Amino acid sequence: MIGVFHPGRSLVHRTPALAKLGVLAVLVTVIALQTSLVALAVASGVVAALFVVAWLPVGLVWRQIVPILWLLAFAVPVQVIFGGWEAAATMAVRLVLAVALAALYTLTTPVTATLDAMQVLLRPFHRWIDADRVGLTLALTIRCVPLLADIVREVLEARKARGAEGSVVALAVPVIVRALQTAEHLGDALTARGFDD
Amino acid sequence: MMTRIVFDHVSHDFDAERVVDDVSLVLDEHRIGIVGANGSGKSTLARMINGLVTPTSGRVSVGGLDLARHAREVRRTVGFVFTNADNQIVMPTVREDVAFTLRRHKLEKADAAARVDAALHRFGLHDLADRPAHRLSGGQKQLLALASVLVAEPGVIVADEPTTLLDARNARLVGEHFAELPQQLVVVSHQLELLDGFDRVIVMEHGRVVADDRPEVALEAYRELIGSPR
Repeated sequence: MIGVFHPGRSLVHRTPALAKLGVLAVLVTVIALQTSLVALAVASGVVAALFVVAWLPVGLVWRQIVPILWLLAFAVPVQVIFGGWEAAATMAVRLVLAVALAALYTLTTPVTATLDAMQVLLRPFHRWIDADRVGLTLALTIRCVPLLADIVREVLEARKARGAEGSVVALAVPVIVRALQTAEHLGDALTARGFDD
Repeated sequence: MMTRIVFDHVSHDFDAERVVDDVSLVLDEHRIGIVGANGSGKSTLARMINGLVTPTSGRVSVGGLDLARHAREVRRTVGFVFTNADNQIVMPTVREDVAFTLRRHKLEKADAAARVDAALHRFGLHDLADRPAHRLSGGQKQLLALASVLVAEPGVIVADEPTTLLDARNARLVGEHFAELPQQLVVVSHQLELLDGFDRVIVMEHGRVVADDRPEVALEAYRELIGSPR
């Protein structure tokens, strides 16, 4: 779900990161507060229009949305049973739109622009909050998604090769150990690059 | 003029085991190689040069600055290239990762962008600038790691087995780039061909320096030590 920047020259790409973060926050809040399917249909149209303006490859956008559909495949039936079909549909549309908007932001905004936006946003609070550190945490979070995905994939392959496909321990232990080792190495790399405070 | 790196009776213990044992060296040549078997202490020694490892006893200094007190200043002049470039890449795209190094240098945006572009061009990464860094090949990732270090224009580069995880072609490519660097180089490697043309090679065994000479002499001693054919 956390895509990386896809370069482009669209209006969405050229809009400053801070403005996009503001619009993202407002739109997600408005969508979360909607209970009417008609209003959500209008919101879907607005989000689709934003994607058209951003002119992103359809396949790339689809890959950002698919993971949430897997989650909904489990959540929607439960919601239908306990809350009815309308509540389930409302929840599903809200989630898909929120994920789509977040994906639109990450696909059209370099992480460095987000870091700069964070510094501006947190400037009034510089006495209490280190904007550089917040930005770095955000960047590392995005960076660690593919790193962890690689670790899990390799451990799954190793588990399969050893014939221990059903073992949770054979998955969890090496993933945790390798994730901790990776975190230590990443810390060393940050120190070596001067981020040592 | 090369930077003077001094190890003065340096030892380091890890979990009650001595991994570097009373090493004294002065490194001021252009290209220095460090070889040794696994666990010989060579990586620990290299990591002391920019303060990633603090010695248990003894003193390390770079350009007259004691690492115990001036580690941050030393890191500004000593770049470090790790074995696994994946662990060194911090930002999602190639350009952003190179630019990340300069965030603490407080440069003007235009100056920083120019330096990033120059580093990308130098290592043939310009066409890949907006690609996700984690999707590069192993060789490209190691070149990205090198570009990310060199964009800060360090005087010394320490590389810890930079070609170990690469195939022969990518290892040769990275080796060619290393050979062209004007900076002072300290390279830890198992791949002895990477040390061709170096000025000095140090051989380590059980935390001690057992040979320290011109490459042809030191590597001969290393081959005898590990019992490998020429």
